Amino acid sequence: MTVGLEHYLVVSALLFCLGLLGVIARRNLLVIYMSLELMLNAANLALAAFSRFNGHLDGQVMVFFITTVAAAEVAVGLALIVALYRKRQTAHVEDLTTMKL
Amino acid sequence: MQDLFFYLFAFLTLLCAFLVVANPFSRDPVTSAMFLVLTIVSMAGLFVLLHAFFLAAVQILVYAGAVMVLFLFVIMLLDLKEEQRRRFNGFGVVTGVISIAAIAAIFVKAIFESPAPGGDATPTLEGATKPLGRMLFNDYVLPFEILSVLLLVAMVGVILLSKKDLK
Amino acid sequence: MDWNFIFFSAVKIVCVIGAVLTMFAYSVLAERKISAFIQDRVGPNRAALPLIGSVPVVGRFLTRLGFWQPVADGLKAILKEDFTPSYVRKVYFWLAPAIALIPSFLTVAVIPFGSTLGNPNNKMVIADLDVGILYTFGIVSLGVYGIVLAGYAANSKYPFLGGIRSSAQMISYEIAMGMSVVPLFLIAGNLNLGKLIEYQAHHGWLICYAPVSFFIFLVSAFAETNRLPFDLPECETELVAGYNTEYSSMKFALFFMGEYANMIAASSMMVVLFFGGWTFPGLTTPADALATGLLHIGIFIGKMLLLMLVFIWVRWMLPRFRYDQLMDLGWRRFIPLALANILVCATWLWWTMK
Repeated sequence: MTVGLEHYLVVSALLFCLGLLGVIARRNLLVIYMSLELMLNAANLALAAFSRFNGHLDGQVMVFFITTVAAAEVAVGLALIVALYRKRQTAHVEDLTTMKL
Repeated sequence: MQDLFFYLFAFLTLLCAFLVVANPFSRDPVTSAMFLVLTIVSMAGLFVLLHAFFLAAVQILVYAGAVMVLFLFVIMLLDLKEEQRRRFNGFGVVTGVISIAAIAAIFVKAIFESPAPGGDATPTLEGATKPLGRMLFNDYVLPFEILSVLLLVAMVGVILLSKKDLK
Repeated sequence: MDWNFIFFSAVKIVCVIGAVLTMFAYSVLAERKISAFIQDRVGPNRAALPLIGSVPVVGRFLTRLGFWQPVADGLKAILKEDFTPSYVRKVYFWLAPAIALIPSFLTVAVIPFGSTLGNPNNKMVIADLDVGILYTFGIVSLGVYGIVLAGYAANSKYPFLGGIRSSAQMISYEIAMGMSVVPLFLIAGNLNLGKLIEYQAHHGWLICYAPVSFFIFLVSAFAETNRLPFDLPECETELVAGYNTEYSSMKFALFFMGEYANMIAASSMMVVLFFGGWTFPGLTTPADALATGLLHIGIFIGKMLLLMLVFIWVRWMLPRFRYDQLMDLGWRRFIPLALANILVCATWLWWTMK
């Protein structure tokens, strides 16, 4: 059976689910953040596969945009985590339950 | 041959992604980060198989080269030793796994039951850098510019957040 | 599959890796000899192989030159005790030297080190990629992991600080480095390194068009390879030896090898980008015979060795920067300069094309 669009989409879906599992199951803020990256990457893979099998480049442009947004998001998110850590001395989500710093 | 590589890279991607999320041997965030780097590199392999060479290069350059180094940098800045000894929240993990498995089943079923898109199994696109660049600066020039503003805003925000006295 | 292609690729890979390893060994010797010359010393002149060392004229001459020193250095690195301190994080401690070494070898894959050997279908480059330069930057950016992990794995203060420093330094200078080469590709209109050399064969070396780019690239290359004046990650006066404080014997040698392999990769990259690769004024057509092909490879290696000399010379002539000076230089001088360079170049191209 030759590898087609479905194969890539299944990989992408499983990757997305693994990322989601990380967000739900892990309690470390940084690992949760990495799992978010996994989910973004899963979307990237699906878009690149669509782009390849439909013969449009639009999907690849989207991947490019997502990568850029992800980079910006990581920079801001990590800065937030560091700022939070300075205040509370923890990066554990169960210790970060109050609405106010 | 290509199929073989697809299965290899797909397996590596999923295995490393699993080890990011649930590594049975270590709960060290650095280990997670390193496996995420491996995931990203094997995904770059998948991109190459999809003929998205530019994206494969960008994937490694931006994710593995910059984003993950930032992650490592922050992990090392924060002292996370105490976190490793925490217990897992058993109930949360079990329900999480069950619900994720259900979602995965729905996804896979949806993928296989949906009507095949136009060019199914006959890949037509030869990924090249030049057409991508043309497209980026013609059809998508407005999103591109907005994105650059977004990056600027993110940069200012990060500098503000990193100041010692956060007001 | 094309067995011919596989065979030639395998031969090229073996030859290139062999060449890089030999160059590594003798660039260490060159470094020691040149530093000795600059500091008015003699440098290594004792190590001799038992039989060859006693050959009348040639043997003595080679010994004086320190020709056998790399053999002695290598033996020493292998035979010393491989000590693993008890408090280190073992897995990363073992992995880090390998991770530090691999990227520099991978970079060499896309570099066209010659034209052909007579057969126009068999180019002298291991992987003729259309995104060659992006690939290089991607792989170079992976080089930081070796050092960061070494710092983390050692689980002690100085290596740790070295690792932190190197991660910040390499990310910062990668930006300037990446932006400094954009004008080249605006001028040549192609990301493929082979095509870039073709362009330079017809229009002259790119350093004439973009000297500012070359300057930024050169200085960033010093920072990326962690060489003096930017070797803050292993700064002896502040951090003992930075990330490789806890390493001994072969693991230390691997870091050392990584540094020199990086240097080789950086110089060959600069030759391709700015100095026309294998071309030389008067020698601009791809080789159609074995002899000219070998000559082209010789020209490439000659140019590369000259740039390595610059690396070594700068290391022994300039004092080390302070860390804040380094960051200031990277972010507040080079990045704006590189941006201005792109802008000027683009405007100029637009003006001349109109």
